[in-house]
Amino acid sequence: MAANTIAEEPNRRDLLFAATGAMGAVGAGFAAWPLIDQMSPDATTLAAATADVDIAHIAEGQIVTVKWRGKPIFISHRAAKEIEAARAVPLSELRDPATDESRVQKPEWLILIGICTHLGCVPLKNDGPYKGGYFCPCHGSVYDASGRVRYGPAPYNLALPPYTFASDTKVTIG
Amino acid sequence: MRAESTYVPKSRLAKWLESRLPVGGLIHSSFVVFPNPRNLNYWWTFGGILSFMLAAQIVTGVVLAMHYTPQSSLAFASIEHIMRDVNYGWLLRYAHANGASMFFLALYIHMFRGMYYGSYKAPREVLWLFGVILFLLAIATAFTGYVLPWGQMSFWGATVITSLFSAIPWVGDSITTWLWGGYAVDNATLNRFFSLHYLLPFMIAGVVVLHIWALHVHGSNNPAGVEKKTAKDTLPFHPYFTVKDGFALVCFLAFFAWFVFYVPNYLSNADNYIEANPLLTPVHIVPEWYYLPFYAILRSIPSKLGGTAAMFAAVVIIAFLPWLDTSKVKSAAYRPLYQIFFWLFVACAVLLGYMGSQPPEGGYVIAARVLTVYYFLYFLVILPLLGRFEKPRPLPPTICDAVLGKRGQAAAADANPLQAHEPGQ
Repeated sequence: MAANTIAEEPNRRDLLFAATGAMGAVGAGFAAWPLIDQMSPDATTLAAATADVDIAHIAEGQIVTVKWRGKPIFISHRAAKEIEAARAVPLSELRDPATDESRVQKPEWLILIGICTHLGCVPLKNDGPYKGGYFCPCHGSVYDASGRVRYGPAPYNLALPPYTFASDTKVTIG
Repeated sequence: MRAESTYVPKSRLAKWLESRLPVGGLIHSSFVVFPNPRNLNYWWTFGGILSFMLAAQIVTGVVLAMHYTPQSSLAFASIEHIMRDVNYGWLLRYAHANGASMFFLALYIHMFRGMYYGSYKAPREVLWLFGVILFLLAIATAFTGYVLPWGQMSFWGATVITSLFSAIPWVGDSITTWLWGGYAVDNATLNRFFSLHYLLPFMIAGVVVLHIWALHVHGSNNPAGVEKKTAKDTLPFHPYFTVKDGFALVCFLAFFAWFVFYVPNYLSNADNYIEANPLLTPVHIVPEWYYLPFYAILRSIPSKLGGTAAMFAAVVIIAFLPWLDTSKVKSAAYRPLYQIFFWLFVACAVLLGYMGSQPPEGGYVIAARVLTVYYFLYFLVILPLLGRFEKPRPLPPTICDAVLGKRGQAAAADANPLQAHEPGQ
């Protein structure tokens, strides 16, 4: 390989090798970055990162499904009785304890990710023993009017997506 | 294989691996200590450049394939999606498209080097044949790749070239239908071209391994065309030729980068930014620049079968060089008459390329025909005769003599200057 003389101090050649190596490493990093970043979500996918939903026409007691980031989102316009029933449940009865208040921003609007927390099927809306609740036909998980799991193999409550109310009639998911 | 390896693995892990699969030793003997003639010039750096470009095309290609859709109604849009939406998609697409042009540029220089210095002569005939196979594979790869964007040139270039097969008597039409998977170039054709375009570069990689294996049997040729005799004639591949190849690669990449970042569409045809329309043929169908000389030869013969045969023959005849060139002297440096005909051939190839880019009318047709005649005359008449009638210059006895000329061997010094008696500096 290179000169095998043992120098006491680093010489000019060592500096040149080190500098070239450093430049090469930096260059390799710059060259590699686009090859790695191209796999990150592209502009089309990022544009679909939020979904605006008009909720003006959802009747009381009605639950609507919209698509957000490839997932089904349940938007439920809850009646007063459903809200009361959900809030009356003692937390000790729940497998995944959570208050109904903590799961909504406005009590009449419950917005959930419609994917069963057992193995990923989409549960049926307004189904099962709880009014305004959900039932998953794959393995029989039951969710109440707050989307909390009550019976069946599912370990957790139906998940909550991030959302904001743009106005009284428009909600932005994501 | 060679004699005992000089590779001594240092770490325990290296020793463990070496006794089970001697990869370290193989890399060491092939790319570290392998002896290369000390008089190699920069025309010898293009093999390394080609290896890099193959890797670059495979990497950019695999990554592009993550975003491309090989379906006729979606392909064109998926390319624009890559250009506009995919992170750095524009860079990957331009690198891949211009990379193909750079690949052929390096390939042609590499081939012309072989022709000038007689690298195809004994005992390197098989090396040369592997090279011709690589050339054919590269042509097929670039052809199938160009169809994928499904622009007007993609579609009509594919139609023209696949239609050539119908020139074959008796079975021509059946073969063409079989190639198309239908009655014209369509989705079926696009799908199979995508599959083949993904496959062929890996075939190329395999033949490159064979090519390097064949090279390493006798080692590289050199500008003097005189085989190495002693260790004094050579230098170890590392660091001399790794650094030289590395420097040449950097210069080549600078040239490549200029195209990718400043004039990325200069080498391509504007019509390919129009989506394919099977009912409307562009006024001028022009292939990519690296096919132009062969395209000119195709068009200069007024018969469909004749033109097709001439075009294929123009590529295949390169394989016969070791036997067509009868001169025992390898390098053109010692063949003054050959040099003239060689440069005329280079000019002929370039001019044929120009003819291929022009409409086949008037003076262009006549010129293309004259150039086609010279092209075949060079291989079939001039080279065989030159060997017999040319008076070559006297050859130097060794590579060392070629390098040092009149100063003689005394100053030839050590086989490896870096291991000489110089202190640290």
